[in-house]
Amino acid sequence: MDGEADGSVAVPGSGSDDPSRRRRVHGMLKLYYGMNEEGKAEERPESLDPCDINGPHFDPEVFLNKLRRECSLAELMDQETCMVKQIRSLDSDMQTLVYENYNKFISATDTIRKMKNDFKKMEDEMDCLSANMAAITEFSARISGTLQDQHTQITKLSGVHTLLRKLQFLFELPARLNKCLELQAYAQAVRSHRRARCVLQQYSHLPSFKGIQDDCHAIMDKLAQELRQKFRDGGSSAKDLSECVELLLQLDEPAEELCDKFLSHARSRLESDLQGLEAEIRPYPSASAMKDASAQRASTPAAGSPTDNSPKMSATPSPTSNTDILEFIDRGCNEFVSSLCLVITSYQELFINHAPKGELASKNIPQMANGKLNAFVDDLAARYFSLVERRIQEEKGVADNSLLVRALDRFHRRLQAVTKLLPGSAVPNKGTEIVIRAATERVKQYLSALQSFYMDSLTDVRQALATPRLSVASASVGGGGAHLGGPTSGRDAPTSLPELLSSLSAAILNQIKSVLASVHLFTAKDITFSNKPYFKGEFCSQGVRENLVVSFIKFVCQSSRQFCESAGDKGGSTPPALLLLLSRLCLDYETSTISYILTLTDEQFLVQHHNPVTPVTTLCAEAREAAQKLLNHYVKVQGLIISQMLRKSVETRDWVNTIEPRNVRAVMKRVVEDTTSIDVQVGLLYEEGVRKAHSSDSSKRTFSVYSSSRQQARYAASYTPSAPMDTNLLSNIHKLFSERIDIFSSVEFNKVSVMTGIIKISLKTFLECVRLRTFGRYGLQQIQVDCHYLQMYLWRFVSDENLVHFLLDEIVGSSAHRCLDPAPMEQSVIEVICERG
Amino acid sequence: MEDDAPVIYGLEFQARALTAQTAETDAIRFLVGTQSLKFDNQIHIIDFDDENNIINKNVLLHQAGEIWHIGASPADKAVLTTCYNKTSDSRVVSCAAVWRMPSDWETGSHESPDDSAHNPQTLELLCHLDDSAHSNAACVLWEPMGDGKRVISLADNHALLWDLQESSTQATVSSTATLEGKGQLKFTSGKWSPHHNCSQLATANDTAIRGWDLRTMSQIYCIENAHGQLVRDLDFNPNRQYYLASCGDDCKVKFWDVRNVQEPVKTLEEHSHWVWSVRYNHSHDQLVLTASSDSRLILSNMVSISSEPFGHLVDDEELSEGEDNHQEEKGKEPLKDSVVSTYEEHEDSVYTAEWSSADPWLFASLSYDGRLVINRVPRALKYRILL
Repeated sequence: MDGEADGSVAVPGSGSDDPSRRRRVHGMLKLYYGMNEEGKAEERPESLDPCDINGPHFDPEVFLNKLRRECSLAELMDQETCMVKQIRSLDSDMQTLVYENYNKFISATDTIRKMKNDFKKMEDEMDCLSANMAAITEFSARISGTLQDQHTQITKLSGVHTLLRKLQFLFELPARLNKCLELQAYAQAVRSHRRARCVLQQYSHLPSFKGIQDDCHAIMDKLAQELRQKFRDGGSSAKDLSECVELLLQLDEPAEELCDKFLSHARSRLESDLQGLEAEIRPYPSASAMKDASAQRASTPAAGSPTDNSPKMSATPSPTSNTDILEFIDRGCNEFVSSLCLVITSYQELFINHAPKGELASKNIPQMANGKLNAFVDDLAARYFSLVERRIQEEKGVADNSLLVRALDRFHRRLQAVTKLLPGSAVPNKGTEIVIRAATERVKQYLSALQSFYMDSLTDVRQALATPRLSVASASVGGGGAHLGGPTSGRDAPTSLPELLSSLSAAILNQIKSVLASVHLFTAKDITFSNKPYFKGEFCSQGVRENLVVSFIKFVCQSSRQFCESAGDKGGSTPPALLLLLSRLCLDYETSTISYILTLTDEQFLVQHHNPVTPVTTLCAEAREAAQKLLNHYVKVQGLIISQMLRKSVETRDWVNTIEPRNVRAVMKRVVEDTTSIDVQVGLLYEEGVRKAHSSDSSKRTFSVYSSSRQQARYAASYTPSAPMDTNLLSNIHKLFSERIDIFSSVEFNKVSVMTGIIKISLKTFLECVRLRTFGRYGLQQIQVDCHYLQMYLWRFVSDENLVHFLLDEIVGSSAHRCLDPAPMEQSVIEVICERG
Repeated sequence: MEDDAPVIYGLEFQARALTAQTAETDAIRFLVGTQSLKFDNQIHIIDFDDENNIINKNVLLHQAGEIWHIGASPADKAVLTTCYNKTSDSRVVSCAAVWRMPSDWETGSHESPDDSAHNPQTLELLCHLDDSAHSNAACVLWEPMGDGKRVISLADNHALLWDLQESSTQATVSSTATLEGKGQLKFTSGKWSPHHNCSQLATANDTAIRGWDLRTMSQIYCIENAHGQLVRDLDFNPNRQYYLASCGDDCKVKFWDVRNVQEPVKTLEEHSHWVWSVRYNHSHDQLVLTASSDSRLILSNMVSISSEPFGHLVDDEELSEGEDNHQEEKGKEPLKDSVVSTYEEHEDSVYTAEWSSADPWLFASLSYDGRLVINRVPRALKYRILL
């Protein structure tokens, strides 16, 4: 304790001393007084050292001996001075401390003495206070004793007073209720009655109370009657109505009945809405009115809100004209859906959320009420949906898809409110189904519109082909701006096939693009139903890709194929140029357009192929097949036209009695002309193709010499019936080494192949016709001339000129064989005649 | 089962006319008429020895002219008709006549074929089927399965029904039918129906097929535009009375039910050029033979429109005899219409093809270069039809 006091005193004393020094001094003092700092000093090993001058076990003898033994004199001297110095400083420190402590002690003694005096005074005052308090207590006890009686009386009186007030309330109740009834303050009346009801019930055995109760009952019945009346009238607002219901519920009306009434009342109002809607559908508009409306709509495609549209619609002259679908849906949403929501809200408020609070309400009221509500909503919604669907079905024109999409969007969006109100309801799902149906229907309409557009375009192309110079109608259709419903007529007149082809394919492509853009609206981000799984997945892959794009491509291929079949056997109904054009179109589709369109679709609609979709290759194969078929048919038709000319020319002539040939027959020139023009036509759309190398003098090949030599061999041979086959040996050997020619065979997609096909057909016909006739000398010579002429001009069109040579050889050979007097013309004469023209 | 190789026979002349010897039901025998403007035309009698695969031929001279059509009497083996072109005064006239083969042609040929070849016998003319009013016969049709007393000749736009009397030496026109219409109408081909008591005739002119009732000589049906182009040939299904096959220049073979002439029952498009001849097999009408100027002969198996669409009907007795057989029958999948085989032995246009009257599995075809090819129905198919 001393040490502590020491320290604390020493601090103020040594004032300005630096803390380290003070600490050291303090520490040394502690040592001196045997204070071990937190017991550590004892454990210190060095402290056991008897030579440690500061340690507790210091032994001066040992220390001295040690010093004397270890140190030199000089060191001893130093040690001594140092020690003396230390001793001195320690002494002075001790003196300072003693002095300071003494002063403190003196002042503390003074303070204690002073405190002793003050306490004495206080004790006296406290005694006085306690005496006073005792007096007061005594008084108070005496007063309360006197007042006890009066107090109980007052309590009793106040109890009687309240009872009387209650009784008064009860007696006044009938009058009050009547008054409330008069003032139509039903809520107050019900509140009052509720307050009295239990009491009256409890004391109903007393005649007076019984009377009051009866009166009240009568009045309340009347009131309930009136409320019911009001409820039934239905003229009141929804708020009034709900108040009514609330009151009736409080009057213990059966909730179920009320639900029914409420709903039936709501139903009547909603049905009037529905009838209003139905009235808008019922007048089926005349076509002209529809057209007017659509024209107007098309003129203001940006009409955004229904308010924008409504003046327009009212401006339409015909009273029967239909409101457009957006307006219709708007009306449906605003009138029907919103009142339906209102009904649902108030109903839920009344019967479902509030009911359990009523103490008399049975537990299952919410369930019952919910069930009724669901049935009610389902029923009405079903009717609404059927109306909406009817209206959507009327939406046949594909002019402006955005209107329909917006209408559907609004329709769908407003139904979300019902979802929120009635979480378990099937209504929104049904609404989505309607949207899906409408979308599918729309896709179907687009497909048919595309198809009719395609057919219309073909008709135009046909017209353009039929009147090549004067053509006004062209298939050139303005790009995105043009709507379906028929291609517009362009002023320019593209007469050449490539232009027609490019304008046709561009028009179709544009149309597809614009349709895709229109359909794309269904999946736009801001449309509420676009994030439904159907619109994300199936609509894109099945609806758009398969049912629209793929179907259209298939339709194109199929209709092309139909040209080959229905155009029939006569081949006259379809102009050959159209066949050629379509064939090229299909081929272009195969090479590029199909994959382009599908890529475009996939990109636009981010089609995720959950279901297997028609691969591009299948479509390409189909297109190629169609192209092939068309081209084959083209060859057949053109071949037939030339064949007919040749056949007629052979069949109608008397070849036995003909004059010596002086000219090439006109029909041959015609054949060459036609072939040339076909060549030009095909060349416009198809590449040249490969042909075998020509011999240098193809046109001059003297095939007649060869065949006539053959003829001579044939006829020079003596008739030897015993040796069959040798007369035809040469011809047969020739045939053995030449390849069999398929006349109506498939052609390749190039000009040379097409021309080869046509010429093959023509010459084979020529051959067969020649074989059916009998020739005189000049008949044969005429054939020789004709064949030479054909030889001169036809070789250039075909892939393998030997083919022409072979067939012409056969013709001349056959006619020589069918000749009564086979005397072939001199080759030089033939050449002269042919060169003369 | 290896099929026998086709047997080829070459004529020295070009030829279009071929027929089976209808009245001969034992030997396989075909008649071929040649076309030559220079030399005497011939009728080759081709006997086929089925067992040894050998052809025996006999030649008869037909000096009247080149033969365009030939028909064998169904009653008398030795009687036949030809349509031929006669050239006189630089005019070509088409005629028709009934001929009788010399009675000893057969014996002569067997003993010394070389002799007969060098000194061919001549056909004996029975009568001409022409009168002054009607010429240009396109073909002559014997009454099917008749007694060889009635023939029809198609000449220009007339169909003439002849009665042959006095052992066919006299022919009188009993009735005629005339095709009326715009332009120069001309019958190209015809067929006498074996059904309805042989009272019906079908003819082809241009693209139309017409049916005629021979009792009244009036038209009973008409298939306009039966083919896109010329109709070349017709044949009646021997077992289904309303079924008719036709072929033409549109490379198609069409099968018709004459009760409904709007649409063909079936169409084949196997040939790559005009089809000149179509023939039903006499016994198994699902087998149809077509010949075309693409030098091919095609045998088709038209099960679906045949009289045995479900294959050979098994009798109850047979059923009771062997259950296994029945099981096997059931296991067979029904045959589908298909091309059985394409025969490419010809080098030139094949204008006619005929089934043998003796062996229902054998047929001959004749190409313009004078090559006659005898082929058989593939064995596999034959057994499939029979078993």
